[in-house]
Amino acid sequence: MECQECHERPATLHFTKVINGDKTEIHVCEHCAKEKGYVSYEEEAYSLHDLLSGLFNFDSVSLNEQKKNSFVTDQGLKCEKCGLTYQEFTHLGKFGCAECYHTFSERLNPIFRRVHSGNTRHDGKIPKRIGTDIHQRKELHILKDKLQQLIKAEEFEQAAQIRDQIKSLERSINQTGKGEG
Amino acid sequence: MSLQQFMNEAISPWMKEEGPDSDIVMSSRIRLARNFEQVAFPIIAEPDNLENILTFIEKEFNHQSFKSYQDLEFLKMDDIKPIEKRVLVEKHLISPHLAEKSKQGGVLISNSEQVSIMVNEEDHIRVQLYFPGFQLDQALDQAFEIDDWLEEKINFAFDEDKGYLTSCPTNVGTGLRASVMMHLPALALTQKISRMIPAINQLGLVVRGIYGEGSEALGNIFQISNQVTLGRSEKDIIQDLESVVQKLVEQERKARQLLSEETALQLEDRIFRSYGILEHSRIIESKETAKCLSDVRLGIDMGYIKHVSKTILNELMILTQPGFLQQYAKKALSPQDRDVLRASLVRERLNLEN
Ligand SMILES: [Zn+2]
Ligand SMILES: [Zn+2]
Repeated sequence: MECQECHERPATLHFTKVINGDKTEIHVCEHCAKEKGYVSYEEEAYSLHDLLSGLFNFDSVSLNEQKKNSFVTDQGLKCEKCGLTYQEFTHLGKFGCAECYHTFSERLNPIFRRVHSGNTRHDGKIPKRIGTDIHQRKELHILKDKLQQLIKAEEFEQAAQIRDQIKSLERSINQTGKGEG
Repeated sequence: MSLQQFMNEAISPWMKEEGPDSDIVMSSRIRLARNFEQVAFPIIAEPDNLENILTFIEKEFNHQSFKSYQDLEFLKMDDIKPIEKRVLVEKHLISPHLAEKSKQGGVLISNSEQVSIMVNEEDHIRVQLYFPGFQLDQALDQAFEIDDWLEEKINFAFDEDKGYLTSCPTNVGTGLRASVMMHLPALALTQKISRMIPAINQLGLVVRGIYGEGSEALGNIFQISNQVTLGRSEKDIIQDLESVVQKLVEQERKARQLLSEETALQLEDRIFRSYGILEHSRIIESKETAKCLSDVRLGIDMGYIKHVSKTILNELMILTQPGFLQQYAKKALSPQDRDVLRASLVRERLNLEN
């Protein structure tokens, strides 16, 4: 079949385009697909196809095993808020709503690790409106790590200072918590 | 309309400015993905809910100004012609996804066209900010300010553990895609770039051509961007990208130096042949145009060509895209007709320089 645009090169791309509800068959060569804008030249294109298709189908054997074993639970896993099932999520490679992140949470970390170089926890900007609380908890986390290190290194004087900081931070977190409740 | 007038409208005002390292870095971009807390993501949401978002954005932000970003203009995708959408895509103000696939899509564009805020793309909100040259830090600072400004009116979907929640798992966390557009003709000519790309990928960064298919980078224009969005702070992500871009800039300069020392005559020949083609051809495809423009720009940067402005590469790469050509002709054109118009537009543009 020849390309319907240039009538020179063979058509290598075939798809259906829906314009105002009308389906049109399109057969074009790569060159014309690009020229006519049928092929998305957006940056995101790489990540979705390459990453996600590979992502959910990694280890097809073990995935099938997994499916057999967890068939019943798979069927049941569905986001209450938007109605997306886990199966649909793996097929689309997209979440349906914010709640999906909680509904599917137990299965997501392996996916995040693969896409984000092993990372599973956010470390970046925090919205101002909910920020203060989270900022404080994050600081608490850091201080507690520091305390452990200081104790290990037997730097007890400094450790005592950090411990006091932790106490006062915990007090202020509790207070804001009460204020909200 | 004269070419001059047409170009003035076609080229975003921010592009006419020169930024740091602009002999190699054409532009820096920051994109933040955000979603409304209570509404399903566009891929699955009810049309009514998406319509509500559009209406809300129009009401709250149309004709608003924020800092130096004046008079945000709201455009509904349903209200503009396909050719106009195409032009916005070619100016990188909206994505092909928003132009073609989004239902109830919209965009806010500042009058400098430095900021564009897409509505109901893959995510409810996508803020994009462009800076000329190599200015990722500035772009990030300003993107944060715009984000805070939007947050005064919108509760974004955010989770303490996973960060900003996005429709695609590849964007979760910071929702940040930082990218730098680079002109790397000497690294391409010496085939060094193909050996550098795997190493750059190892660092969690993606290198691709902006124009062209697959691994091909038309006009030797490459885009380097981050892939990881979760578990690293925005500043860290940007620093990684900056250090790689810095390396590429050094390597490109070194490669140019080497070319001018070892194969000066061949280089000069190549540059002036390309210049000749652009000045005299009557029919030219986009691929050949891109190659010649890249050579001419290299010729300008290296001092072989003296009286042509540097912005010619950026300008003509955009102006010779199918959407712009048809906008200029004010009608649909076959690929053959486009090749003819492209050649004449390039000739006219070069004439403006003399
Ligand atoms: Zn064709
Ligand atoms: Zn959901």
